[in-house]
Amino acid sequence: MNIIYSPLPFMAILSSAVAVVLIALSYKRPNLREFWTIAAGVAKFCIVLSMLPEVLAGHVIEFSLLEVAPGLEIAFRADAMGMLFALTASFLWIVTSFYSIGYVRSTHEKKQTRYFMAFAGALSAAIGVAFAANMFTLFIFYEVITFCTFPLVAHKETKEAISGARRYIIYLLGTSLAFQLFAIFLTYSLAGTLDFVPGGILAGTGSKAMLTIIFILFMAGITKAAMMPFHSWLPAAMVAPTPASALLHAVAVVKAGVFTVVKVVLFIFGVDLLKELGLGTVLMYFASFTIITASIVAVKQDNLKRRLAYSTISQLSYIVFAVALLSPSGITGSALHIVIHAFGKITLFFAAGAIYVRHHKTKVSELDGIGYAMPFTMIAFTLGALSMIGVPPLGGFISKWYMFLGAIEAKHIPIIIMLAASTVLNAAYFLPIVYAAFFKKAKYGDASGGIVTGVQEAPGMMVVPLVLTSIGALALFFAPTIFLDLARIVVASVTGGG
Amino acid sequence: MTLTEHLPILIIILPLFAAVIMPLTGVVNRSLCWYFTVVVTFLVFLIALSLVCNVMEAGRISYWLGGWKPPWGIEYVVDKVSALVLLVVSFIAFAVAIYARRSVEKEIAKSKVPLFYSVYLLFITGSMGVTITGDIFNLYVFLEITSLSLYTLIAMGPKRRALIASFNYLILGTIAGTFVLIGVGYLYMVTGTLNMADLRVLLPELYGSSAVLTAFAFFTVGLSLKLALFPLHIWLPNAYSYAPSVVSAVVAATATKVSAYVLFRILFTVFTVEFDTSVVPVTYLLIFFSSVAIIMGSVIALSQTNIKRMLAYSSIGQIGYIVLGAALTNELALTGSIIHIFNHALMKGSLFLVVGIVVYKTGIDDISGFKGLGRKMPISMAAFTLGALSMIGAPLTVGFVSKWYLAIGAINAGMWFLVPVILVSSILTAVYFWRVVEKIYFHKADEVEEIVTEYEVDGAGCACKRFEAPLTMLIPTFVLSVLCILFGIAANIPAGIASSAAKMLLGGGG
Repeated sequence: MNIIYSPLPFMAILSSAVAVVLIALSYKRPNLREFWTIAAGVAKFCIVLSMLPEVLAGHVIEFSLLEVAPGLEIAFRADAMGMLFALTASFLWIVTSFYSIGYVRSTHEKKQTRYFMAFAGALSAAIGVAFAANMFTLFIFYEVITFCTFPLVAHKETKEAISGARRYIIYLLGTSLAFQLFAIFLTYSLAGTLDFVPGGILAGTGSKAMLTIIFILFMAGITKAAMMPFHSWLPAAMVAPTPASALLHAVAVVKAGVFTVVKVVLFIFGVDLLKELGLGTVLMYFASFTIITASIVAVKQDNLKRRLAYSTISQLSYIVFAVALLSPSGITGSALHIVIHAFGKITLFFAAGAIYVRHHKTKVSELDGIGYAMPFTMIAFTLGALSMIGVPPLGGFISKWYMFLGAIEAKHIPIIIMLAASTVLNAAYFLPIVYAAFFKKAKYGDASGGIVTGVQEAPGMMVVPLVLTSIGALALFFAPTIFLDLARIVVASVTGGG
Repeated sequence: MTLTEHLPILIIILPLFAAVIMPLTGVVNRSLCWYFTVVVTFLVFLIALSLVCNVMEAGRISYWLGGWKPPWGIEYVVDKVSALVLLVVSFIAFAVAIYARRSVEKEIAKSKVPLFYSVYLLFITGSMGVTITGDIFNLYVFLEITSLSLYTLIAMGPKRRALIASFNYLILGTIAGTFVLIGVGYLYMVTGTLNMADLRVLLPELYGSSAVLTAFAFFTVGLSLKLALFPLHIWLPNAYSYAPSVVSAVVAATATKVSAYVLFRILFTVFTVEFDTSVVPVTYLLIFFSSVAIIMGSVIALSQTNIKRMLAYSSIGQIGYIVLGAALTNELALTGSIIHIFNHALMKGSLFLVVGIVVYKTGIDDISGFKGLGRKMPISMAAFTLGALSMIGAPLTVGFVSKWYLAIGAINAGMWFLVPVILVSSILTAVYFWRVVEKIYFHKADEVEEIVTEYEVDGAGCACKRFEAPLTMLIPTFVLSVLCILFGIAANIPAGIASSAAKMLLGGGG
């Protein structure tokens, strides 16, 4: 493994941070403002992409920015794990930007400049999380995400939005300050460093009890992963405009959370240490509990976005669950699911937003026959839903497959039943929507009160992105090579094979 | 002898003489006073800066007043700790002096303006003297100069309650001063010397003596009262909230810090670490009280509706941090404590200055008055947000650096249970500041505009929606808040000075 020193990871982060300023400056000219968003998105994606060949060849790209104080360094490292996340997030940002433009212009949202600024800022921070070379850098960007997304959640400035946003920030900021920071302090004082090292930095530094406490603090402190019982901020954050929910609450924010969990598990503690402490199993059962419970709750939700939110909670725990298996296939499944869930879930949210914009429907029970009015949207929705359930030939199947393999490798046979049960539950909350959309008779009126006949799709700016992401979800089944290779590099490095 | 050798005395003499001349200047032309103050504070800042440079290069500077050799004469000592405090105090004094012009015009009667600047400079003199002196009686004298000028400054507040606040502070401050004086007296009684370095040499033999113990007790309690450590804090909220805005800012940023510095001097320079931890385990007491201060300060701040009072209670919590770091007596924690003197001055200074701007512009000092100001005063409110983030301790702000050192220091001292205290207070801080930030950016303003036009004296630009403060107020405020971020990122610079200062204090240097 070679280390290449290059500022590319930092430039990837900077590109959208610069865009924040440019967006702010061009607040009077919406088209120019939107151009900056798209330009930054494309630039960011290209920069990330340019690092891909090196990372696929097994190298890592490092850049050290500055040392804040002795032991506290802001440094970046693009490795396989970070690449997985960064590629997904930066690609989906471009798609979401188009969708956002379509959405905010059709719904005439206020304060669009603030909206796009916050969006770009959050994306910078998400890439920062992806490429952080140590826990301190990661923590900085973790917090920046929280602050940047607050305006998005509070966007509507209604009482409901503000109270949702308040819960959002109390949960995310509160737990990260109380638990995660505590864990970071303890880690630093034990290990003397916060660097991410494959195989962990904590092995042999403290008593079993101390290490267990640190692990619990970390898991309780990374609330963005939405593990129960710290999940209720996520449904509350659904008051945000739909594109924001789509990218941030299905991709950037929550994925930053699970990504942090994976980083802590693999690069702070290490597979061997967690096996020795038996904490992997504990985490696995916690995640399993969340998977099942959130799915059951999701079945009962009538509000489409809330149902998607609970589905997210459950799907995020798949990622945590898979990495907690601490077996090679489990880790592969976990890494892949970060990508695959992103494509599937963003499609679903996009579809929900398109339905809202065109027909002002927010409830599942109002969607009868909508498949005929919005064929593209609902076909994309179906693909996304099938991917979530894990039906071949969609991406979701691949990650589920690896999870099953991982469970068998780790010899946790009862857990396989849990996986099967959760798949059934996934089907139970997604398929009724698909069924209603295509096989039930329409019984609703359109905006003007008349009965909908014929096709009434959302604006093209919204439909094209959601079709694209659904094709992505499909493509991930047939061509997961790049991501699979990246996942293999991760596995090789953390299990000592590389 | 060249001028540079006399810098340690010039930093005292200059503001002292200027303070005396000030009322005369006022007779000539009242508006000259402000220019005069700015020039003097700027010079003081320059002197402090050059002293810091000298100290970093050449080490400890000892200046013999009138050429009398210590321990007989008064000695002025500039070492890394005092240099840092000198720099902080003079910088804040300079920044606030620039800011003062418009705020003072509005809040203080015209005839009293020269008087105000005169007392302001006296206050600077006192603070500088306390920091630089190496003689404990001289220290008492300067401490009293600082306090007396503060009573006056607070009494100049626009509301009548300012008089009561000032009077309360006067009584408690005098008790504190007397306690310090008694401490000085006892030490002089048993050792026959007033020089700090000399005391350090002579005292260890007498550690068993009850006179020394009594002196130590008086010092600790007296200084705790001066620096408003939790149960002895009652003078502070009223003093801060009824004082003129300028005074609130300068007091919050410097006065309690200087008292904390004196406590460090007594704990580590006059007495030794061994004395504090084993002979009289005062450090445990201080750890306990400062932890309570950290939590209670934040809890009480939560329930405040007046922004100045909220900041005042927040200060009580922050003073807890400073004392806690010192009481842990290890290098990292003490570094955190010293750096927090610097950091807290920056953040509290900028926050109080923003409040001053809001009061200047709208006349409201209630939290609800911040509604919707994000649109109208974007720069001031950005400064407030940066200050608030620092107070919360968000990473890349100065607040995080302090907390990092304190927490790691606490863990290294084997007291990891103190970390939750720090973290819980961070969360509470987040709650009470976020409340304000939310009002600034996510609530609509109600009727503020009407009041604004009433208060708008210069008549310029009141038709437009934005009503930023005049530049003389805006620039110092914004500079302070930007420094909060700058030194949060480039923390190596202050942390380097603070950590060698901590090493020196613990290692027994004078």
